Amino acid sequence: MGVLTPLDRPNSYIGRSVPRPNAKRLLAGRGRYVTDITLPRMLHVAYVRSPYAHARIVSIDAQAARKMPGVRLIATGEDLAKLCTPWVGTMDHFKGMKSPPQLPLPIDKVVWSGQAVVAVVADTRALAEDAAEAVYIEFDELPAVVDIDAARDPSAPVISPELGSNLCFHGKIDTGGVEDIFANAAHVVEEEFHFGRHTAVTMEPRAIIADYDVSEAKLTVHHATQTPYQFQDIYARHYGIPESSVRVIAPDIGGSFGMKLHMYHEDMAVVGLSMMLGRPVKYVADRIESFVSDIHARDHRVRARMAADTDGNILAMDVEDVTGIGAFSAYPRTSVVEGNQVYRLMGAPYTFRNYRADLQVVFQNKVQMSQYRAVGHPVACTVTERLVDMIAEKTAHDVFDIRSRNMIADDAYPCTSPTGYQFEALSHHACLAKVKAMMNYDGLRAEQAELRTKGIHRGIGIATFVEITNPGPAFYGVGGARISSQDGAIVKITPAGDVHCSISVTELGQGTETIIGQIVAEHLGVDRDRIKVMTGDTDTTPYGGATYACRGAGIGGETALQAAKKLKANVLAVAAAILQDEPDRLDVQSGWIVEAGTGQQRIELSEIARIAYFRSDTLPPGTQAQLSVAHHYAPQGYPFAFTNGIQACHLELDVETGLVKILKLWVVEDCGRVINPLLVDEQIRGGVVQGLGAAFFEECVYGDNGQLTNGSLADYLVPMAVEMPDIEIGHVETLTLDTQLGAKGVGEAGTAAASAAALNAINDAMKPFGGTIAQVPMTPARLLKALGHI
Amino acid sequence: MKARAFNYVRASTVVEALKAFEDAQDDASYIAGGQSLVPTLALRLQAPELLIDIAHIPALRGIELQGDWLRIGALTRHFEVLSDPLIRLHAPLYSEAAPHVAHPAIRNKGTLGGSISHADPASEFPAMTLALGAELEIAGRDGIRRVPADDFFVDLFQTAIEPGELLVAIHVPVVRSGHRWAFHELARRRGDFALVGCGILAEFSGDVVEHVCIAFFSVGSTPLRARQAEEALIGKKLDQVAIAAAQAIVGDDLNPPEDEHTPPAMKRHLARVLLGRLLGEIARQDV
Ligand SMILES: Cc1cc2nc3c(=O)[nH]c(=O)nc-3n(C[C@H](O)[C@H](O)[C@H](O)COP(=O)(O)OP(=O)(O)OC[C@H]3O[C@@H](n4cnc5c(N)ncnc54)[C@H](O)[C@@H]3O)c2cc1C
Repeated sequence: MGVLTPLDRPNSYIGRSVPRPNAKRLLAGRGRYVTDITLPRMLHVAYVRSPYAHARIVSIDAQAARKMPGVRLIATGEDLAKLCTPWVGTMDHFKGMKSPPQLPLPIDKVVWSGQAVVAVVADTRALAEDAAEAVYIEFDELPAVVDIDAARDPSAPVISPELGSNLCFHGKIDTGGVEDIFANAAHVVEEEFHFGRHTAVTMEPRAIIADYDVSEAKLTVHHATQTPYQFQDIYARHYGIPESSVRVIAPDIGGSFGMKLHMYHEDMAVVGLSMMLGRPVKYVADRIESFVSDIHARDHRVRARMAADTDGNILAMDVEDVTGIGAFSAYPRTSVVEGNQVYRLMGAPYTFRNYRADLQVVFQNKVQMSQYRAVGHPVACTVTERLVDMIAEKTAHDVFDIRSRNMIADDAYPCTSPTGYQFEALSHHACLAKVKAMMNYDGLRAEQAELRTKGIHRGIGIATFVEITNPGPAFYGVGGARISSQDGAIVKITPAGDVHCSISVTELGQGTETIIGQIVAEHLGVDRDRIKVMTGDTDTTPYGGATYACRGAGIGGETALQAAKKLKANVLAVAAAILQDEPDRLDVQSGWIVEAGTGQQRIELSEIARIAYFRSDTLPPGTQAQLSVAHHYAPQGYPFAFTNGIQACHLELDVETGLVKILKLWVVEDCGRVINPLLVDEQIRGGVVQGLGAAFFEECVYGDNGQLTNGSLADYLVPMAVEMPDIEIGHVETLTLDTQLGAKGVGEAGTAAASAAALNAINDAMKPFGGTIAQVPMTPARLLKALGHI
Repeated sequence: MKARAFNYVRASTVVEALKAFEDAQDDASYIAGGQSLVPTLALRLQAPELLIDIAHIPALRGIELQGDWLRIGALTRHFEVLSDPLIRLHAPLYSEAAPHVAHPAIRNKGTLGGSISHADPASEFPAMTLALGAELEIAGRDGIRRVPADDFFVDLFQTAIEPGELLVAIHVPVVRSGHRWAFHELARRRGDFALVGCGILAEFSGDVVEHVCIAFFSVGSTPLRARQAEEALIGKKLDQVAIAAAQAIVGDDLNPPEDEHTPPAMKRHLARVLLGRLLGEIARQDV
């Protein structure tokens, strides 16, 4: 006889690999993405874009274009500025931060190559593109600020002269004592790291339809976004429309990764164009446009050093990060969050207390850089973990030993990181031990030594990480951004005893709707397949933060849990009245009211609903059945629920060609309660692939004049299936006690450490040759250089 | 982006296609599989008034042994190149290259003739056309002519095909006993255009190299024969010394353009490595 587990309880769904109910629909081609939506009288917009990275707009001549077939409107920055107020991407808690005001389309100057300048609206996209070719813009080219050092040079042109310099933000952290420690430490290692820019490359590009109804002065926006309420707020405020008259609907979304929560100029313009025309206007970014207008990520140069004593005990870190964010800070979340997380996450898994860091966020004439999956984490993780490996080498420790010697003990919580992050409970040592066993570390080392004698060079690299999840208002709210950190759910029972849950967290393909359904099913006591979950519509879901920063499961899930419990109490109250019993002697299981102690079925939930909705006359006097509940939940304990884990990468480097075969990747991760193992593992795998993309393939390369030189999928390499290894995943579950659910986030863990593990593995493989690398992506050219071949 | 509007005709014979091109006063483009042409249309890099679809002309199809030559119709699709037994037997370098050309969806549409006419210097088939010593059958206003591969690839995307002419077929001298061959390419991702690639066809007399054709791609503005490396091998036994001599000189045979992602020094280095590996493989084919 098998051992009973919590999964053997009735309607226990939490912890079960329930497949996504919406996956079949999407596979069957029945998904409804913004691109699939055609509204009556809908028009299409194409944008004329700047060919220069930095230039004054001298004149715009659209005479000929206006006469082209099917053209309905040609609008410039000036036209839209009459409707839309400017926005500024700053937050108050980043002291001294600056960013210039932005408008949908520029009026007098362009600040990056590819910036939209003129909107051409026509009956079809092809006609709009025809006319766009006939718009003539005269530019006066200005020197472009491209390089991060050049940007800070006092003699450099200032992109926004009203700000006085190209410095967006300068932050410092200093715990004290760092200088002394480095002066006296037995071992000091240092390195200069380069992190290339990359971008999200979602399968579904950005897409939006704005539909302004003049008759009712109402705006409906169908928007491929992860944060509908945030955009409702923005459109209402900047176009002066009452909030209640703005509806944002996010239908099926084909990937987002943080890219679809920023305010883009083209998207803002579409709203104004619809208001000017009184007709729906659609904009779908094509792949070429995505490369020059979607946010890019990373772009850091980090100089860092680490000090250790003779035994390899880490004593201190000293870090200097310079990051280039484009010509302004993104709205409304700002482009400082990435750098802020880079310099606060450094060294987070370790016990040392002395830390100093300097962060400079600079403007440049490039596409905006902002939050993308694992914001800042891969940079902090790579720098820290490479330095730890360098200390290991200096002190002749194995890479596992150096970590177990220095990581915070699993029983030392609660505690804080050197930069003040508060940790409730992490499991670094348990994860370390688990991954070592999973990968058969000693066996791999023996194999490595043997293969080296045959000219085959394999590398093993590990990287420990923490991840910021479940952010409270400390993340955005305190900075003055109107971004909610709470969520809301409405759960109701239908007359047939089915359940509807509408909730403010959103579905982007990651499975939010699946896990919300699981949680409601378990805590209300019904079968999962009788629950319909609805998301992504500001008119039909309660207000909430939606999806960002790994919060859907931890915060949205807790909201659903509490709502379901509240509804269950209501159900039991009615049931008790009908059955003339006490509510606390009853329970709901699989859609039946049962005796709590025995599980004996008493009355079906559908029968309760039938009586409540159609025969309320038969209820005892004074009984008002409440079969719908609304509930909100905002995190209140720790500012963030930190997760942790470790990744290990095994690869083979062709030391003659610089080509790499990634053999295998292991992840052991602790996201607290695992609600759906299938979805958690796929989140990790997808994240790892993006991390390996950053490590080996993906980079937005700019020329000296600020032109993106590889802005197409022919030249920008995304990781593909053939090059990706098997990814084996293990879990440790340390629940957060801040919630009843105990879940933390998992969406960014894979990306957080994959590139660090890969970089360590490559350096391990190169050890016999003396070369090292501290730059991602690790292209064949860079590896051949490191190996001394070119 | 959307392609600019264009007219479309489907030709059913070579004569019809040539006529349509002439009538359009050169503002036309032939379309075969469309796998190179359509992306340039979608990006508005090209916007011909007329597309002439040649994909349904029977004379451009078929794979046939004609004496010592294999005739491969220009419309032969990449997937057919990959799987056809006659090509495998008589023009094996095409078969070996085919799995590295793009991905299945593209191989289902793209044609051998389209690839060779397009003459992308990073493409596998044009270089293998050189390595195999093929001849290209071209139809024009003045009838049919045959151009040896060595004279066919003129410059970047430029071939001996004059505007309005059609590539009808590729004629490959069949490989014989005494022939050995090898193909390999270095690419960052499977199916991508290679960083450097190479196909070699060598004819041995005993263990001495009698004749060899070394064709590189992705190392210049056309597919290139490494003439000096070939010279260094002829009349030699294919041993370590001979291979090293060919490797030492091959860099001079190549003309890689300046490119910040793959600088010329890197291309030359990779070509040396690749040449060494392929010659080593051919040496090991000794039976
Ligand atoms: C994503 C992707 C990846 C690719 N990867 C590779 C790769 O790794 N290696 C590789 O070699 N190729 C690659 N290709 C290109 C592919 O192989 C093309 O199919 C091939 O280059 C052109 O053949 P086609 O029949 O599609 O020609 P088309 O696109 O129809 O035509 C190409 C050009 O040739 C002309 N043309 C075509 N046929 C004839 C003819 N019979 N006579 C005269 N002119 C003619 C056309 O007018 C046009 O100018 C890739 C393509 C894509 C889209």
